[in-house]
Amino acid sequence: MLEITEGSHAVAKAVKMSRPQVIAAYPITPQTHIVEALADMVADCELDAEYITVESEFSALSACLGASAAGSRTYSATTSQGLALMFEVCFNVSGMRLPVVMTIANRALGAPLSIWNDQQDSIALRDSGWLQFYAEDNQEATDLHYIAYKVAENPEVLLPAFVCFDGFILSHTYEPVDMLSQEDVDRYLPAYKPVQRLDADDPISMGMYATPEYYLEFRYEHDQAMKRARNAINKAGKEFGEMFGRDYSALVEGYRLEDADTAIIAMGSLCGTIKDAIDEMRSAGKKVGLLKIRCFRPFPAEEIRNALSHVKRVAVLDKNVSVGAKGAVAIEVRDALYGKALPVLGYVLGLGGRDVRISDIRNIVSLAESGKGDQFYGLRTEVL
Amino acid sequence: MALGIGCSSRPGKAPNNKTGSWRVFKPKFNHEKCTKCGMCKTICPEGCIEESEDEFFIPNESYCKGCGLCAEECPSDAITMEQEEK
Amino acid sequence: MAETCELFDCGHRACGGCGAALVSRLILKATGKDVIIVSATGCMEVFSTPYPETAWKVPWIHSLFENNSAVASGIEAALKKQGRKEKVVAIGGDGSTFDIGMLCLSGAFERGHDFTYICYDNEAYMNTGIQRSGATPYDASTTTSPAGKCSKGNTKQKKDLPQILAAHGAPYVATASIAYPSDVVKKIEKAINTPGPCYVQIHAPCCTGWGFEGEKTLAIGKLAIETGLWVNFEMENGVVTRAKKVVRKPVETYLKEQKRFRHLFKPKVNAEEIAKIQAIADKNAEKYGIDLKLKNKADPVVP
Repeated sequence: MLEITEGSHAVAKAVKMSRPQVIAAYPITPQTHIVEALADMVADCELDAEYITVESEFSALSACLGASAAGSRTYSATTSQGLALMFEVCFNVSGMRLPVVMTIANRALGAPLSIWNDQQDSIALRDSGWLQFYAEDNQEATDLHYIAYKVAENPEVLLPAFVCFDGFILSHTYEPVDMLSQEDVDRYLPAYKPVQRLDADDPISMGMYATPEYYLEFRYEHDQAMKRARNAINKAGKEFGEMFGRDYSALVEGYRLEDADTAIIAMGSLCGTIKDAIDEMRSAGKKVGLLKIRCFRPFPAEEIRNALSHVKRVAVLDKNVSVGAKGAVAIEVRDALYGKALPVLGYVLGLGGRDVRISDIRNIVSLAESGKGDQFYGLRTEVL
Repeated sequence: MALGIGCSSRPGKAPNNKTGSWRVFKPKFNHEKCTKCGMCKTICPEGCIEESEDEFFIPNESYCKGCGLCAEECPSDAITMEQEEK
Repeated sequence: MAETCELFDCGHRACGGCGAALVSRLILKATGKDVIIVSATGCMEVFSTPYPETAWKVPWIHSLFENNSAVASGIEAALKKQGRKEKVVAIGGDGSTFDIGMLCLSGAFERGHDFTYICYDNEAYMNTGIQRSGATPYDASTTTSPAGKCSKGNTKQKKDLPQILAAHGAPYVATASIAYPSDVVKKIEKAINTPGPCYVQIHAPCCTGWGFEGEKTLAIGKLAIETGLWVNFEMENGVVTRAKKVVRKPVETYLKEQKRFRHLFKPKVNAEEIAKIQAIADKNAEKYGIDLKLKNKADPVVP
């Protein structure tokens, strides 16, 4: 049913319909509207979940870890500093192969303190072994939660998942969202059946330590699970498409890319702006297309290679920077295209909530056409 | 053997590690002095002192590390520590 | 002869005479098999679970050094939701409990989860090589509070964690010592059968870290109690309801048995510092009323 709703509320509804048994979360801007909405649902007996109001994000994810290990479907949401505080637990949850799903309302990391959007927070956790989905709009943000649970809990995968959507830009924006019914969700996402759990009738030790004789193999298994997630996403996304008409089987998605000379690569809400810019540029005769990365982990290297086989140049837009190197997406895209004589130009932009407009996209395409890249875009040089 | 998911394991494998090999001194139980109070079994950090059918206590030599706590705490002085013969 | 032992299995890698290993056994003796154990990183976790040789025959989980209370919170919530009845017991050493895990511990107690937290207190970070913690007693020499030419060891007194947790509204808080194993079992049983967050802090002398022979582990623990430097007590709803009374011995009898206090006796006796430690014991004795009055004598036996 089509509803005009705030992004955070749409996400909260999707979470509710995913029937988590345990929710543990700590408030942080701009994630708050999600956890407040979930608290309301619990207070009104619309959501039958244990809601743990923890004293920190660190405990939020730790509580999810425990609940997941005990065999419950779990949920948390955070952003920025909160995610940074969870850093240690993130590696633990994934290493212990617990399918926790967590929404990230993407926000910049301090210092300097900023409550506004970029994607530095989740990107900084790219090595943590979690699946990472990035939503372009609130429809996608909503649907990706069902997909995330389905993939995370797949016995072939058993990995936790971030569903990332841009803080404020999506989380606080009202958009029409086609909400599934509870019956639809139940059909798509059955109750969680853990492969193993803490249980006195069948004792197991979880989270043991590995000596050098074993550690490498456990990391290999983790990596293999992430590789298997690729198929699981294809399958879960296809099934979702067949049931509800929106197909999320691909990890990347092209927009007017077929005959493009210049391909723009981006993640998240930026893609909406880029699509508008592309339509304008196309009208003016410029062959520009977009390759949206919806799933950053596992990284869709092969899909990117295939999608860009015909283009002349690639402009990668990063709302993050690996300081001392480049934007993380640019680095990985270049790696994916290793061996191809294709210029990959990186642009770090939009950090800490700096608006990115259609004119900016046009400017970046011009820069790319003249071979200028690997730079911060949109600097206010007058304050430097 | 497949690895346990996420570094997990079922119980039962710890006894593969025979800690008895650490031992330098070995407890010798004098059943004539023993009052069968069970203190040795209660306080053994290894949990490796077992009760025989005639209710005397016997350390499992596969695991006894020879720490000497049982000898020290035995209220009847029925346990003495002797050099391990290897 | 059976190859495997009790719920806490043989073959673990604790030092000979380890107090914490005895704590593990006593915990499982008290809980039985219907329990889920949440271990913090530390000696006990390391000596009992190198993959794949777990010594725990009950469900057991370890996540991090500082989050066992939060993990236990999540497990308790999940069990409640699933209608399951296992008890949840979190275990941490004093470093984990007093210091790095304090935030999670305070949060879990404030929220009132139905679980028991057991701290095996060996009064320093033993797993990493005997560094001081918030539980290290005054003047103890550790690798980060070493006695030296201008240092008399640890300059701080032990944090009073039982009182802090009682102030959270914990219905049952107790201290115990492995020197009295049946008391340990009794208190853990009481804790796990009391609804709400309960805390048991168990004095677990560490032969390696404190510097004494492994066979003396219980004897040292007993001396701590007999000198008043450790008090075994119970608090119910914030009120001390029971404390073990003793005929107190001077603190030297405890201190001189351990290398961590050797600098107070060699090269010469440091009477001034020992008096300060005696004052700590005297204060404990007064606070908890542990001095046993002998019949036909006007004064308690305190030298």
